[in-house]
Amino acid sequence: MIHTLRKTALCAACEKAGGKMVDFHGWLLPVQFDSIIAEHHAVRNACGMFDVSHMGQIRIVGKEALHLLQYVSCNIIKSGANEGTYFHMLTEQGTIIDDAIAFCLGQEEFLVVVNAACVDEDFAWLTKQAAAFKVTVTNESDQWGMIALQGPTAVGIADKILPGVIDLPRFHIKEIELFGAKGYVTRTGYTGEDGVEIMLPNGQIEALWNALLKLGVKPCGLGARDVLRLEAGYLLNGADANQTKTPYEANCGWVVKLTKENFIGKAALEAKKAAGFKTKLKAFKLKTPGVPREGCKVFYQGVETGVLTSGTFSPLFKGIAVGYVASEIAVGAEVEIEIHGRKVPAEVVKTPFYKNRV
Amino acid sequence: MYNQENCRFLKTHEWAFVEGENAVVGISNHAQEEISDIVFVDLPKVGRQVKVGENCCVIESVKSASEIYAPVSGEIVAVNEALNSDPALVNREPHAGGWLFKIKMADPNEVNALLDFAAYSATIAK
Repeated sequence: MIHTLRKTALCAACEKAGGKMVDFHGWLLPVQFDSIIAEHHAVRNACGMFDVSHMGQIRIVGKEALHLLQYVSCNIIKSGANEGTYFHMLTEQGTIIDDAIAFCLGQEEFLVVVNAACVDEDFAWLTKQAAAFKVTVTNESDQWGMIALQGPTAVGIADKILPGVIDLPRFHIKEIELFGAKGYVTRTGYTGEDGVEIMLPNGQIEALWNALLKLGVKPCGLGARDVLRLEAGYLLNGADANQTKTPYEANCGWVVKLTKENFIGKAALEAKKAAGFKTKLKAFKLKTPGVPREGCKVFYQGVETGVLTSGTFSPLFKGIAVGYVASEIAVGAEVEIEIHGRKVPAEVVKTPFYKNRV
Repeated sequence: MYNQENCRFLKTHEWAFVEGENAVVGISNHAQEEISDIVFVDLPKVGRQVKVGENCCVIESVKSASEIYAPVSGEIVAVNEALNSDPALVNREPHAGGWLFKIKMADPNEVNALLDFAAYSATIAK
């Protein structure tokens, strides 16, 4: 069977800009343009842009939109005008289906932005849960193009195209009109830098890409994005989190608000938290040269204790990684990571590796 | 220094340049372009015996690890220590300062089985 990769509305623009295209969860996306290190540098020191059109948008409308979201989220969904909330959707077992952001567009309307690889599952899950609520759930993922503009100069550049966006608070959304179409801008991103993400219909997104290119913004690919998000201590769902892990194990206990009256997975989380966790996601920094990768085994006091779920070379911190290992291994402890048959010493460190400057 | 026209190649993009009884080994310009952003080279130990085609070195870029195969059999007699502090030399000078290691050849005739530059170029032409 021939497997056809899906293309975003920016695919041709990315190829034109020199993007090296790869299969990412069934999508044809640029892994890099000229150099991952140069792209990383641009985002940490100036500004870069990413095609994130593969991400999903699910709209929830109705009298009980907020109630549905509170029920499927372990975090408290904020319902102030234009506020966004990072949250996890959990199974009844308290394990992670996806991490997402819910933006409040009105008392009865929310836009949920979800991971590309989880769109269908998230939509099916929300639709299933919605049966008990007065809401409609619509998957708009195929209609929207999306660009993440990230870096210390990103918001200033965005302000040239969207005057006033500089005043948009962090984690807020604003409706916009650009190139004759309605869309959204959010003060969010997944790089550890300030920035915005702009959603426009597929037909208009390339005009935005070209306008940003003209302003000197560097196109960046998935390779740089992965380094940036790992440095910032952000999860990659499907690698660092999945339906066998609770937010507590995934180093995201802060996302869980057990004070909430009820949400899917709450009872299971309470029981599992009381029983304690055998393994937790911990962060590692190599002490000698090497590049740790997903799948590398981790040894503590000579005994295998777990496996890396993400790892990379960081231009700022060299070899960095995260992985699930015995809960009792503390920050400061030394472990060994097996890379190509060679055991490389590493230190258990706090996350994030890179302190968010926003 | 190790001009590509005077090197012999494996299809897997390693080159060998004969220097007396040794073969200097590196990767082609095409390979360094494909790998890009080289951040670490796990060099073999001096004194190690390798067979032709044996995986004996790993080149790490930000996004991937690439195994390097010995183009000839013999003993590793030198490694490029400069790569420990500056692995990107392989990107900048794949046929000069970015060489990887030297093999004292067990059988100098093995080189003749490798591709010459024209034949190698044909394998990478699209």
